[in-house]
Amino acid sequence: MTVRALLAAALLAALASPAARAERLIVSVSNHRVTVTPNYSGEELVLFGSIEKDASTPASRNSYDLAVTVSGPRADMVARRKERRFGIWINRDSRQFLQVPTYLALFANRPFDDIASADVARRQQLGLNNVLLTQRVGPDYADVVPNDAFRSAFVRLQKARGLYREDTSALTFLTPTLFRAGIPLPAHVPIGTYDVEIRLFAGGALVTKTDSAFEIVKVGFEQFVATSARQNGLIYGLVTAAMALMTGWMASIVFRKD
Amino acid sequence: MRGITEPLAGNCSIKHRAASGPEFVARPSQLKRPRVQIYLPIADIPVNIFLILAMGAAVGFVSGMFGIGGGFLMTPLLIFIGITPAVAVASVASHIAASSFSGAIAYWRRRAIDPTLATVLLTGGTCGTALGVLTFTYLRSLGQLDLMIALSYVVLLTTVGAAMLYEGFRAILRTRRGVLPSRRTHNWVHALPLKMRFKRSKIYLSVIPVVAIGILIGFIGAIMGIGGGFILVPVLIYLLRVPTSTVIGTSMVLTLVTMVFATVMHAVTNHLVDAVLALILMVGGVAGAQFGARAGQKIRGEQLRLLLGLLILAVGIRFAVELVIRPEELFTIRETGASL
Repeated sequence: MTVRALLAAALLAALASPAARAERLIVSVSNHRVTVTPNYSGEELVLFGSIEKDASTPASRNSYDLAVTVSGPRADMVARRKERRFGIWINRDSRQFLQVPTYLALFANRPFDDIASADVARRQQLGLNNVLLTQRVGPDYADVVPNDAFRSAFVRLQKARGLYREDTSALTFLTPTLFRAGIPLPAHVPIGTYDVEIRLFAGGALVTKTDSAFEIVKVGFEQFVATSARQNGLIYGLVTAAMALMTGWMASIVFRKD
Repeated sequence: MRGITEPLAGNCSIKHRAASGPEFVARPSQLKRPRVQIYLPIADIPVNIFLILAMGAAVGFVSGMFGIGGGFLMTPLLIFIGITPAVAVASVASHIAASSFSGAIAYWRRRAIDPTLATVLLTGGTCGTALGVLTFTYLRSLGQLDLMIALSYVVLLTTVGAAMLYEGFRAILRTRRGVLPSRRTHNWVHALPLKMRFKRSKIYLSVIPVVAIGILIGFIGAIMGIGGGFILVPVLIYLLRVPTSTVIGTSMVLTLVTMVFATVMHAVTNHLVDAVLALILMVGGVAGAQFGARAGQKIRGEQLRLLLGLLILAVGIRFAVELVIRPEELFTIRETGASL
């Protein structure tokens, strides 16, 4: 109880004057610009940081919890479900997910249930079950219950592709105030800006949070091809067609028998 | 040259296009071992470059043997190794363009192409292709594209395959009995108006069925990722009575132009053409075709036709089975809008 009271006081103090915050998070990622080359086979980015206490930190507060959310560029996605009709399997129902992260990684030092109450976890979007994934439901936009068939299928498929992950042991404390976490990035990570949000919990409540970011850039011939296909469809199509004709023509010369 | 369609030119038997199914399905999997991965930028998956080369060569071999483009084999193979049907269809179009171009050059040199007939076919063909790509885009937005591709393959390949098998058996029986096939010289097609003369083919024919056939071939070609030669050639021979001297060369011109057009259209509308994939397929394909052409000359026309019928039927049945069995994963997800 006293911890809670102290915490409330600390939060009030923090609101009153930002400089008087009890704790400060200092974080950095090992690389702010990840270059994905054609032979990239997935690597790990390291997030490290420390919890800085100052004079106003309650002396009794020694154990902290951390929750890290890494979210990639957002996009609209659609999930479809097959059903049996006339003896064959056909896509029937579909749901649209609006502006959901294409990459989402949630890390913590211990299970989210232990870090905060279910209520706090929901409000802070801790865990894949609590993350906001907006769906278009008729004319409305809303997230649905975590066990919704489409939502769970969406999360499951994204997890299977290595794009969504939840790991409550990925974040480790090296000392009581120094921590690190590995952020795995599979080869097919979407390009764009990734936001990293680090939240510090103590006694089941949020103490402070901070942000960081990194960027994923793809280079090399493959990326050049992908970009031109998307941005200059006509030229890309003409070049591909010309390439086909060249190959056919070369073949007719190389293999000419007469 | 004369790689791609050599055998047909010699013995005039048209409807061939198959390969020994098991043999060529087994080949890619054996080649999976060397770890030479290449990332396909549009298909968005890493693949073994030798696997794709081998597939290109195997299909090229078959297409050289039977004198066909091989799209109806290439597209399914790509789908079976995990490339999405949409990317497979769009990318195979350029692969077929390459092989039909080298074929068309050879036929042009031999003056085995009827330019008038080709032009009339093409008016229909380009419209059909445009219509096909638009339908493709629409079906994709509905989420029913994969289903329609699979269904089209089931319907088209099982009927064509079965018809070829039937024809093949009949032809073999006929040759055993020593009966020559009788040919009616006129049918209902010759009663249609708007007739014109196709000089090199020495036929006098209404343009209506010619344009209609062009539209049909262009349409299904754009949706299914096939050149359509295996339908076009029999139709031109049996329905329009186009002589065998010009039929393959002319059909190749239609295939070439519709596939070039389909490549560009798919690239503009759906951004699904994987140029890297297409290039590897082309290289494998044109090389394989040379050996296939030689092998094809050693097999009798009737047997070739039977083999081709079997192969087509097998691919059709494979698609049917896929549709009927319960998929392991009922859900699929796809990105619909770019990130903000």
